[in-house]
Amino acid sequence: MRILAIFSAAVATVVLATTAQAFCGFYVAKADTSLFNEASQVVLVRDGDRTVITMANDFDGDVEDFAVVIPVPTRIEREQINVGDRAIVEHLDAYTAPRLVEYHDPDPCMAYRRYEMSQDSMLPSSVAEDELRKSARSRGVTIEASYTVGEYDILILSAEESSGLVRWLNDNDYKLPRGAKPVIDSYLKQDMRFFVAKVNLEEQSKLGYQYLRPLQVAYESNRFMLPIRLGTLNAKGKQELYVYALTRTGRVETTNYRTVKMPSNFDVPEFVQEEFAPFYRAMFDNQVAEHNDRAVFLEYAWDMAWCDPCAADPLSTEELQKLGVYWAGDGGKGGMAQDVFVTRLHVRYDSEHFPEDLMFQETGDRQNYQGRYVIRHPWKGEAKCDISDYQAQVRERQEREAQQLASVTGWDVEDIRRKIPFPDGTTPKEPWWQRIWG
Amino acid sequence: MNTITNTFSRLRDPRYYQITVLGMLLTYGIFGLDFGIRWQNAVTIFATAQLVQYLGTRLAGLPKFDPLSAVITSLSLTLLLRTDLFVLAAVAATLAIGSKFLLRYNDKHIFNPANFALVTLMLLSDSAWVSSGQWGNATLVAFGLACLGSIVLTRAKRAETTIAFILVYGALVFGRALYLDDPLSIPLHQVQNGALLIFAFFMISDPRTTPNTPLGRTLFATLVAVIAFTIQFIYYQPNGPILALIMACPAVPLIDALLRGSNYRWDQPAGAKPGPFKGVY
Repeated sequence: MRILAIFSAAVATVVLATTAQAFCGFYVAKADTSLFNEASQVVLVRDGDRTVITMANDFDGDVEDFAVVIPVPTRIEREQINVGDRAIVEHLDAYTAPRLVEYHDPDPCMAYRRYEMSQDSMLPSSVAEDELRKSARSRGVTIEASYTVGEYDILILSAEESSGLVRWLNDNDYKLPRGAKPVIDSYLKQDMRFFVAKVNLEEQSKLGYQYLRPLQVAYESNRFMLPIRLGTLNAKGKQELYVYALTRTGRVETTNYRTVKMPSNFDVPEFVQEEFAPFYRAMFDNQVAEHNDRAVFLEYAWDMAWCDPCAADPLSTEELQKLGVYWAGDGGKGGMAQDVFVTRLHVRYDSEHFPEDLMFQETGDRQNYQGRYVIRHPWKGEAKCDISDYQAQVRERQEREAQQLASVTGWDVEDIRRKIPFPDGTTPKEPWWQRIWG
Repeated sequence: MNTITNTFSRLRDPRYYQITVLGMLLTYGIFGLDFGIRWQNAVTIFATAQLVQYLGTRLAGLPKFDPLSAVITSLSLTLLLRTDLFVLAAVAATLAIGSKFLLRYNDKHIFNPANFALVTLMLLSDSAWVSSGQWGNATLVAFGLACLGSIVLTRAKRAETTIAFILVYGALVFGRALYLDDPLSIPLHQVQNGALLIFAFFMISDPRTTPNTPLGRTLFATLVAVIAFTIQFIYYQPNGPILALIMACPAVPLIDALLRGSNYRWDQPAGAKPGPFKGVY
């Protein structure tokens, strides 16, 4: 038996590429450039009230005109903001991504002999500050702190009302997305605070980064939530968001929306190997529609110490610590990550179907779940015996796979059948009634 | 003729309706919403609840074994309790039914049995939880639940508890939205939560734990709604209603002392004749 786990980060990228993205903050620009995120991924580390959030955005646009306004459920200080490493978020994405598994049928003529099983799994995947202050104060907004972190200029604002913040942004030539003001107002009344991150071009070229690194914030709050209401403001239609929760006890779920498991662990036709991204995207579209656009989907729930099959190796203790899992490695064996449970949630949202922010809870559920799709290759070697029975079985199995694929993706079953190499000389088994009326 | 009368009077017992409705919800949850309820947990809960009910009946010297209430408690627990450990399911059923026999005041249960078990387990163990998001927020589901629930209530003549709870909780949630200047889709989404409606129709309304007078029940429901709102929207913690109920229950004897009325009996839902009260657990 040969197991091959195939996944590349490209899958997630392809899945994401069609939809305009944004994340829990919103973008402001100085020009009328369109600001869209290509991929929004949020890592949420939570232990009691302690939270570390990492926001990775694949921002596409002119960096010079770019600033992002991010709400935080509590007041924060300078030391609580950090710039993270994008590679770690990509690693976490790869580790938790849906996976394709391959099996090869043994020679049907040697059905009673067992092969030595070799198992090769695990494909590794791999400011003129004073002026700013002055203008800010006159607008009823206080810049509590302003400093540079990595390639970002960070401003922590303590606006008492949104008009102050809004005017300040306007004064600095930032264009606010429509509808931002009432949401900012509502958040401020709920004691949430904002910070603004702008790219410091000088620092960026000094550091040599071609892309924006993820921003990280560590805070303590009784709210286990992700503000998504501002995320819809830059939006053209629906937003796509991945949340990776890293906790101690167990699986994380939403308390104000349904959390639904993606269909998993079924056989798919061989051609899905070439079309894994379109397959997964079609299935996701189909599931979203089936749950009336109102569900959050579980794509992975697993103890971080292992995986089976592995789409990528589990994250190292060091990587986990950089994401904010401060307890990683405490009492662990041999440097292995211990006591970390990862939950991957995938949500496609708009303000109509997701009017409220996402509220989470950590459950005691430690049952493993993964998106796992199986390809069983029929035996293609030279037959040294009569294999008609085996071929009939293969034909039946392929037909089942076609039906299943059609039902989860909404694809036309006839199109699917055309792509399946049914064994020669076998005919599809038609239901008996089809022969009566043709 | 006698048989017909007997059957008729038995059907007056609102618990039959409640069992039917909860059974339908459980079926919908398992097959329609794919709750992932483990059958081992369900069997454990039902078997343990009946066993403890039987033992309790014997030890308390009650004239006859009555399985109905324990069935309702089992249904509620199966619907709400989530755990990977079936031992905890057994503990939940034992705590729930046990609390009816042990935690009593003035011949009434102090706590709603299923509520008591859920909260105790959530506080004591990391491995038990309630999935308040599992019912989703679809308007249609909300409407269906409300209708089904109302059948149970009209049979039990205890509608004011539910109505008061929904009105007060709704007013607080809509008031919050007005204060924050949020779009009304937000409070609407909050009150359409399936778990909230199931709580309002099937848990808070339990006649054996609520106060004896309509005014008392209205006060009680208001108290639960205010505490639930505080937990949910001031402390931002999940499961506000379930926690609020257990916190408000100790106030029931006080409310009853202030506003006199007779205890509820399952066989006399209209409360026509408050006869000698004994043996209905």
